[in-house]
Amino acid sequence: MTGSDAGGRPRVFIVDDHGLFRSGVRSELGDQVEVIGEAEDVQPAIAGIAGCEPDVVLLDVHLPGGGGQDVVSEVTRSHPQVRFLALSASDAPEDVIAVIRAGARGYVTKTISGSELVDAIRRVAAGDAVFSPRLAGFVLDAFASVPPDQRVRPAFDPELDQLTPRERDVLRLIARGYTYKEIARELFISAKTVESHVSSVLRKLQLSTRHQLTRWAAERRLT
Amino acid sequence: MSPLFRRGRIRPRVAGPLRRQQQGRVAGGVAAGISARTGISVNIIRIVFVLTSLPGGFGAAVYVLAWLLVPAAGEEGNIASRALADRRGIALTAAVASVLALLLLISSVLKVAWISSLSWPPVIALAGLVLIWRNASPEELTLLRPLAEPLFAGGGARRRSWIKLRLAAASLLLIFGAGLLISAHVSGVLVRPMTGVALLFAAVVVLLGPWWLRVARDSFAERQARIRAEERAEMASRVHDSVLQTLALIQRRADDPQQVVSLARAQERELRSWLFDGRPPGSIDGLATTLAGGVRLIQQEVEAQHGIVVDAISVGDCDLDSDMSALLAAAREATVNAAKWSGASSVSVFAEVEPDSVSVFVRDRGRGFDPAAVPADRKGLAESVRARMARRGGSATIRSAVGEGTEVVLTMPRTVGHREPSRAP
Repeated sequence: MTGSDAGGRPRVFIVDDHGLFRSGVRSELGDQVEVIGEAEDVQPAIAGIAGCEPDVVLLDVHLPGGGGQDVVSEVTRSHPQVRFLALSASDAPEDVIAVIRAGARGYVTKTISGSELVDAIRRVAAGDAVFSPRLAGFVLDAFASVPPDQRVRPAFDPELDQLTPRERDVLRLIARGYTYKEIARELFISAKTVESHVSSVLRKLQLSTRHQLTRWAAERRLT
Repeated sequence: MSPLFRRGRIRPRVAGPLRRQQQGRVAGGVAAGISARTGISVNIIRIVFVLTSLPGGFGAAVYVLAWLLVPAAGEEGNIASRALADRRGIALTAAVASVLALLLLISSVLKVAWISSLSWPPVIALAGLVLIWRNASPEELTLLRPLAEPLFAGGGARRRSWIKLRLAAASLLLIFGAGLLISAHVSGVLVRPMTGVALLFAAVVVLLGPWWLRVARDSFAERQARIRAEERAEMASRVHDSVLQTLALIQRRADDPQQVVSLARAQERELRSWLFDGRPPGSIDGLATTLAGGVRLIQQEVEAQHGIVVDAISVGDCDLDSDMSALLAAAREATVNAAKWSGASSVSVFAEVEPDSVSVFVRDRGRGFDPAAVPADRKGLAESVRARMARRGGSATIRSAVGEGTEVVLTMPRTVGHREPSRAP
């Protein structure tokens, strides 16, 4: 959905510690969005975002003064309407999951093309979730196995701690490189339904108290 | 044909002539085919076959004949028509059938009632199985192979279990024969029919023995030739993956001497390590020990060699055995193909390890092609991907349309045991 078009171009704030990368993204986005500010570290980012209240913040997962999740949680407290899209070259799933759990609406890798990035920004601005193939892979991995200590943990909430088969199907197709439109065609559902599946996965990812999720990330760090 | 669709769907009744169903089959797919045609539950049909087989093997004979005569779904012509062209197969069948017939004859002379009552259906079933064994398509044989391999393995069958099995069978026959002789009347009366049987047996052996021997030797020689042909095919696909690919790359980058030199160097190293150290090119062996590691390696290699972005994602992981290495080699080839021919700027590789199988999806958004219009001499997809998977019991599906990109779906079963010959019961 590109609902924010009605109100004009989405206003974007870029947080990344590489100046070259920031200017690269700026020129790739062109005049499709309005870049209203930049920052290169956690503290300046928090101050800058609070100052100009953008629609979408493009956020690098790794920053010199801490992780991107610090920016997300700090800003969300005072400005809940600002939405975050994590943009990173990082392959480390624990970083990505941490930013998502802090409240980011999606994750894309830096290899994404300009037009796809614009599309992702519009989606996030409209309140939808954006899953790159890599994030879909991480989520499938994290929710893959039933936690072994499930029975002894009363906090296990099947509503939040498990993916439905359909959500799994959608994630698989995202991981295979399908666009939402192609997924809709493949599964004989509407693009809107694909969107709602993805949003529901995002919700589970953010709200699940699943012990497995943190442990899974910890295991990945070791390997 | 996404695996997503299969789950939980009940197959509707299929119209048209009876076909052996390849999905959900246990042996030849006859029962599944009948079930698909009539709508009767496949398990009921299977039970009927088993029950009618119990007294005299009648059901088994009917089943084998149906296997021979009913074409498989999606195939033209039945196995029997192919078998008619297979002279050696017919000779082998005749040999097996004549041995069995001889046994039946002797037993009827001896008036051993229970053997005679078994009579001809088992002979027909066994002879039919020999023909199927020799003429069915490779996928159909995956089930028969572990059962039949020890019987046909000429020199290689020196496994303990096999020797034990033979010893057991021989002693059983010996005890049975001796018991039969002793339980018969007084010794004097016995001598004459015994000599008669022995003479008859000797006559048949003298008459047919050399022929049996020759048939056996022929089928052994043929098996050797088949192994050699498979090795040649494997070698051809290796050479295609490495040397031919590099030569094609060199031609494309002829204007960049530095690139050409480094490509040639890399290829030389690879070829040397294959010829002298025995490490085949395009193999992941020794460089990665797990599937996810192998996928990362493919990503790095293809990105370095072809200057294309490879989005590699793996879910789950498992150790690399020879089946998984073959899967990775096929995935690598599919990725290289996408890099070379699709014209797209990136390729997605998604590997998912599931409890009983591993799937790899290689997808590009390039120009795509019409799978039906690929000339037969283009080796890439046919040999390197499809045949490589089929040789290991896996499968490869290619979805492509002009202008819509290509997706190659590779699936390899994880049951390591399915290729090992079954143990003696």
